Amino acid sequence: MPDLLYPLRRVGHLVVEGVWRFGFAMRFLFLLLINSLQTLQRLPLLIREIYFAGVLSLLIIVVSGTFVGMVLALQGYTTLNSFGSTEALGTLVALSLLRELGPVLAALLFASRSGSAMTAEIGLMKATEQLDAMAVMGVNPIARVLAPRFWAGVVSMPLLAAVFNVCGIVGGYFVGVVMIGLDGGAYWSQMQSNVDLHYDVVNGVIKSVIFGVAVTLIAVFEGVNAVPTAAGVSGATTRTVVTSALVILALDFMLTAFMF
Amino acid sequence: MCLLGGYMYNETDYKPFIELKNVSFSYGTKPILQDISLSIPQGKLVAIMGGSGCGKTTLLRLLSGQVKPQSGSVWVDGCEVNRLSDRDLLALRRRLGMLFQFGALFTDLNVFENVAFPLREHTQLPEAMIRDLVLMKLQAVGLRGTANLMPSQLSGGMSRRVALARAIALDPALMLYDEPFTGLDPIALGTIAVLIRRLNDALKTTAVMVTHDVHVSLNILDYVYFIAEGRIVAQGTPHEVRVSTDPFVRQFVQGEADGPVRLHYPAADYAAELGLKQ
Repeated sequence: MPDLLYPLRRVGHLVVEGVWRFGFAMRFLFLLLINSLQTLQRLPLLIREIYFAGVLSLLIIVVSGTFVGMVLALQGYTTLNSFGSTEALGTLVALSLLRELGPVLAALLFASRSGSAMTAEIGLMKATEQLDAMAVMGVNPIARVLAPRFWAGVVSMPLLAAVFNVCGIVGGYFVGVVMIGLDGGAYWSQMQSNVDLHYDVVNGVIKSVIFGVAVTLIAVFEGVNAVPTAAGVSGATTRTVVTSALVILALDFMLTAFMF
Repeated sequence: MCLLGGYMYNETDYKPFIELKNVSFSYGTKPILQDISLSIPQGKLVAIMGGSGCGKTTLLRLLSGQVKPQSGSVWVDGCEVNRLSDRDLLALRRRLGMLFQFGALFTDLNVFENVAFPLREHTQLPEAMIRDLVLMKLQAVGLRGTANLMPSQLSGGMSRRVALARAIALDPALMLYDEPFTGLDPIALGTIAVLIRRLNDALKTTAVMVTHDVHVSLNILDYVYFIAEGRIVAQGTPHEVRVSTDPFVRQFVQGEADGPVRLHYPAADYAAELGLKQ
C-alpha cells in the first residue's frame, strides 16, 4: 500500500528542520556577538575582510548600478512622456533606487559575490582542519575567523548599496539628460525637492544594514556548518545564495510594509 | 603539580606526563573508545597504532580537550583536561603543539605568517624577535628558503614540515601527531620521521603519535599501544612488538589481509545472497 501520509510527513519534516536551523543560526549570532569585542579591537583583521568582502565587490556593484539606473531612465521616460511629465524622471530614478532597488539588488549581488565566497572559504577551512588547528593552538576560531567576516559584511553592505544608488542616479542622468536631451536642471532639482533625507534615504540605509546582517550571518553560518567534503562545501555555497535571496526578498517586503 | 590550578596530581615519585584512567567515549550511541587506561612518562615518544576508524584520532582529541570523555579522566601534566574551565583549557593548549594529518596550514597566510601565527596570537614580542624565531623554526625543518611562499606552492611533505615548524613555534611541552606519515613519498616520510625524533630529543618534549605506518615509526618510537575496536589490545617497546607472537600485532606488523581483524565486513551468507542456496 502506498504511504499516503508521506507528502504530509515530508512537509512537517521540512518545517521542523527549518525551525531547528533558524534556532541554531540565532544561537550562532549570539556567539558571534559575544566574541566580537576582540575583533573590533583588532582593526587590521577587520579591514582585511572589508577589503575582500566589500572592495572586491565594487566592480560588479558599480556596473550593475549604472545599468539599472540607465534602464530605469529609459523605461521611466517612455511612461512619463505619455503623461507629459518627463521632468519627474530624476525623482522616479532616485526614489526607486533609494527605497527598493539599491538595497535589494546590492544585497542580492553581495550574497552571490561575497556571501558565496565566504561560505566556500570557511567551509574549506573547516574541511582542511584549519579551524581545528586554530582551536588547538588556543585561538578561538569564532573571534579570529568568523566574527571579522561577519562585521566586514555588516559594514560593507550599506556602503555598497550607497555606491549602487549613486551609480544608478548617474546612469539615469546619462540616459535622461545626455542621451534623450531632458533638462539637466529639472532632473536634479525635482530629485532634490522630492527626496526626503529621513523618509527615503535613512530607511534605505536601515534596509541595507539589515540585509547585511542577514546575508553575512547566513554565509558564515552555512560555511561553519558545511559538511567537510567537496560535495558538502558546494551544497553549502548554493544554500547561502538561495537562502540569502529568499530572506532578502521576504525581509524587504516586511520592511517596506512597516516603513512606507 | 598542575600549574593552572584546579586538580592536583598526588603521587610524587612516579609522575606520568599523560594519563588516561578508564576512559570511555562514544559518538551518540556508537562506542569509539572503551575503558582505555594508559600512561606516558615525560620526554617519551609514544605511538597509538590501530586500523583506520579504531578511535586513534579521538584519543588525540581527548588529550587536546576538543572532546570530553563520557566516563573516566584524562590527565595532562597534572591537569584533569576534562574538568578544566575554558580559560584554563586555552592556557593548556598554548603549551601543546599538534601536527594535523595534512598540515592544516592557513591557506590565506604565507609560510612565514603561518609559523608566526601562534607567536602573534599569544605573545607581545617585538616584530624583530618574531622574525628571528620564525626563521629559526623554519631552519629547524630545513625550509627557511620557503618563508615567502604560499601554502599552495608547497609539496605535501613540505607543508607537513611547515606545519611542524608552526606546531613547535611556542616550544610546546606536549606534541600530538595525527597520522604524520600519510600520503608522503619515501624521502619526505623519512625526513618527517627524523625531524620528529630529533625534536623530541632536543626539546625534551613528550609526544603522542597516532599512526598506522608500522615500519617507519617503529624505528623512532619509545613505546607503542595497539588499539582495536576501542580497546588497548597490545603494547610494548618497538623490539617487543617486532618479536611479538600476539596474533593481532603479527597481523598488523606483517600487514596480513586476514587474521584477528577480518577482511570481510559482516554480511549475509554469500551463497544465499547470490541466490545459489535456499
